[in-house]
Amino acid sequence: MTDFLQLVFSGFATGGIYALAALGFTLLWQASGTINFAQGEFVMLPAFAMLGFAAFGAPLPVAFLLTCVVAVGVLGWAFKRGIADPLLRFGLMPIVVATIGLAIAARNGVRAGYSAEAHSFPSLFADKLFNIAGVTITLADLGTLAIALALVLGTQAFLGKTVTGRAMQAVAQNTESATVLGINVPRMVFYTFAINALLACAAALLVTPTYLAKFDMGESLGNKAFFAAIIGGFNNSRGALLGGVIVGVCENLAAAYISPAYKDAVALVIFMAVILFKPQGLLGRKVERKV
Amino acid sequence: MKNLRFGVLLAIGLLLLAVPPLLKNYGIYLFTTWLVFVIATMGLNLTIGYAGQKSLGHAAFFGIGAYTVAILMKAGFSWWFGLPVAMLGCFGIGLALGFPALRVQTIYLAFATLGFNTLVWLVMRNEEWLTGGTFGINNIARPALFGLPLTAALPYYYFVLGITVLLGALLWKLLHSPWGKAFTALRDNPIRAESLGIHIQAYTLLAFAIGAVYAGIAGALFASLVEFIEPAPFTVGASIMMYLMVVVGGAGYFFGPLLGSAVGVLLPEWLRFAQGWYLFVFGSAVVMLMLWLPDGLLSIPDRIRGRRRARDASAARAAAAAKIGA
Amino acid sequence: MTTKTLRRTLLAAATLLALTVPTLAQAQATIKIAGLYELSGAGASAGTNFKNGVDMAVKEINAAGGILGKKLEHGISDTQTNPGVAKGLATKAVDDGAFAVFGPVFSGSIMVSMAETKRAEVPNFTGGEAAAITKQGNPYVFRTSFTQDTAMPKVARYIAGGLKAKTVAVMYVNNDFGKGGRDSITKALTDAGIKVVADISTDSGQIDFSAPVLKAKSANADALFVYTNEEESARALRELRKQGYNKPIVGETTLTGQKVIELAGDAANGAVAHVGLTVDAPNPLMLKFKANFYQNYKYISDHNGIKGYTGVYALKAAIEKAGKLDRVAVAKTLHGLSISAAKVPGVLMDLSFDNNGDLDRESFIVEVKAGKQEVKEVLPPLNRK
Repeated sequence: MTDFLQLVFSGFATGGIYALAALGFTLLWQASGTINFAQGEFVMLPAFAMLGFAAFGAPLPVAFLLTCVVAVGVLGWAFKRGIADPLLRFGLMPIVVATIGLAIAARNGVRAGYSAEAHSFPSLFADKLFNIAGVTITLADLGTLAIALALVLGTQAFLGKTVTGRAMQAVAQNTESATVLGINVPRMVFYTFAINALLACAAALLVTPTYLAKFDMGESLGNKAFFAAIIGGFNNSRGALLGGVIVGVCENLAAAYISPAYKDAVALVIFMAVILFKPQGLLGRKVERKV
Repeated sequence: MKNLRFGVLLAIGLLLLAVPPLLKNYGIYLFTTWLVFVIATMGLNLTIGYAGQKSLGHAAFFGIGAYTVAILMKAGFSWWFGLPVAMLGCFGIGLALGFPALRVQTIYLAFATLGFNTLVWLVMRNEEWLTGGTFGINNIARPALFGLPLTAALPYYYFVLGITVLLGALLWKLLHSPWGKAFTALRDNPIRAESLGIHIQAYTLLAFAIGAVYAGIAGALFASLVEFIEPAPFTVGASIMMYLMVVVGGAGYFFGPLLGSAVGVLLPEWLRFAQGWYLFVFGSAVVMLMLWLPDGLLSIPDRIRGRRRARDASAARAAAAAKIGA
Repeated sequence: MTTKTLRRTLLAAATLLALTVPTLAQAQATIKIAGLYELSGAGASAGTNFKNGVDMAVKEINAAGGILGKKLEHGISDTQTNPGVAKGLATKAVDDGAFAVFGPVFSGSIMVSMAETKRAEVPNFTGGEAAAITKQGNPYVFRTSFTQDTAMPKVARYIAGGLKAKTVAVMYVNNDFGKGGRDSITKALTDAGIKVVADISTDSGQIDFSAPVLKAKSANADALFVYTNEEESARALRELRKQGYNKPIVGETTLTGQKVIELAGDAANGAVAHVGLTVDAPNPLMLKFKANFYQNYKYISDHNGIKGYTGVYALKAAIEKAGKLDRVAVAKTLHGLSISAAKVPGVLMDLSFDNNGDLDRESFIVEVKAGKQEVKEVLPPLNRK
């Protein structure tokens, strides 16, 4: 039984990280119809940025704040103005391809420009272990889960309770009506991109100590984020958290009880089942098709 | 315009026929790889360019074709037996996957195919008794055509070229038949097409399955080209590359795959001088290309035409306005 | 067709042609070494290190006058850890007139690319460790490290004699390197009378090791043998420590490499490994290599760097013994050649090649103490029992 709990708990921690990446992904899609295939790289780049700042002597919190600022500028504003805005008019395909190209460029730019090797990353949390009822939990696991939860709920609260947040939601649901109501649509969309950039920075801070900073860390993270976002619900923020946790826990349970070689398959099967039978996700709302 | 098109076709034909004998083995290998991907992306172009479906799992069918042929050859059968089995297999699996998957909205189809691709890859990697797992299957022979061995690089290249031309011609016929019109109607507006009595289900399934067959054939040729297969070329990453090739070339344009595959296969070679940076340049080039030409490279003539038409129209308007004013 | 159109199409065709025809081979004043390295993908770390080792050796040899009066030319290409690409690059290397090919490092890639070098009769040095590499009847492939079939019996002997373990759990990575190693160690352990009670597969690039470690714990074996690539080894070690695993952890070079120690931190302490090559060997030539490498590349080499470096010097020794730049003759010379470090300092340790291209050399049992590899035992070459 303790084994089971151990696996579930580790899964929760990993799942929290997937949820952060998935959340940003979902928000972008809702607000602007952008499918960002470079989401994983959006986590990888801040990780390396923080390492870069740290190499110049900045302590971790300072490096983090600096990275957040840079991220909002580059991954938020520049990404929106440079890629998303010009391409969204042409439908989904160009933006999908452009973000794929962006992912390839980012991955290989870091590889050639910085290093092909993995680098260790300082952890926010001290290296403490707790043993609760036979289950070993690190402080990092707890901390990651707590912060991820806080961020997701915080984002949800921001979107639902503040004026800006509701304006952003309005833009996501119906852009034309939002414009008519006097909402500054481009600015709201920019806020979405900015939030995505910040969430990615947070994810980088939490996940890189385990993942290790490597140019290809974004690949698998990005994949898991998609699965998590779809399973949970593409148009619901809490869905991202649920999806992330499901993916994280299922992987671990599958590895231990079914077959380590097929551990990815469980999340996949759930993912395919959700797509085929409940495409809006477990928590999502059904979206009507426009004629 | 017609002359230009004819001229370009002639140039391409010359290139494909006359250049390879001048190249050394590696160059021929590259050209053959290019053609293999042209076949695969022709199928994908049918699915996404003409039928408007978003498939991100094309490499799965590529792999199924390759492994089918390799496994059957290891069991003693000839490549020529393996090929139709691979084609049928891809068609059947394409139908089976398409049936539930195409009932969902397009973006979800993309993810369903992505999931399918990963599942197939997992099976390829884990079922060592069947596929050799990560060790793969080595020493795959090349087929013989009416007794002529195709083991050397150049004969095999011409063989692949012949198949490419054949498949291209078949696709051309298909697209200019009533079926082709139905596919295009599907792409442009599926709901209106349905209201006109076109059975969307059947046609999208068909486009999907035919696309899968093309990928399967390409896979069979690929297996004999590299003479070794393992799961790595059939991952989601490879599917994404194929998608990229179709879009960059121009989805829905007949020669899009030819150009797109050239970009995907030959461009990284040209960029090799950039050493470690070539993939970065490639990725950035793709982004730039999308920003400049979101409909792909082959949309250039259309754009020029469109611009010229717009210019003529505004000139005509100005002339008319001047006349009225006068 | 108008002349304008004709000109345009000819220009287009000419451009395409110019871009697709590879450059012609250069003059024969240099000895071409074609390097096929994993510079991206899963093998990037290993490939980059191997490349740097080869590069450093080439620079040193050129500074000392080259081989038989000719300088070495080192061509570098990226296999992307993709066997298909590696095969293509091998073809290209042969087309370009390479005298010898170095790499790829990853066993999966070399298994495929060496068919090309065999066909062209070009000596091919590889860093791969899979046993199957030298079982293909290829007279042109040469190792720069042990085959798993040589290394694993040494490990088994240590586990049986040094640890006095009766049962072992085996954790390995699900790729050709890991599976080959798992097959070798299982056989070696069984031969030594030890029972393998758990067979735990992990993925390349795996992040979360809670499930495999849990399995290892519940297997309750006397010792755990871990055989994964560098980063995964670091993650495994951390998870083992997190879950409080207190049995001996044994591995091979990839368990206690410099990179692993850096990434795993404290969790690496206590791990024991059989290491064919380590920069921390108590050997003045090795320490000099370590220092030079650090000076040139600003980081500490891993075992792949040593492989590349010693490989080039082995080639040099063979060419000088054969006396001429003849690929077939050099390959023949390499079979059965013994090179002593006293005469050829570049090989760092005495080594000898057998007729299959396998090499035999001293090796070490190291333990990680306080973040450094400490050599516990020096094991003689197999055939000098």
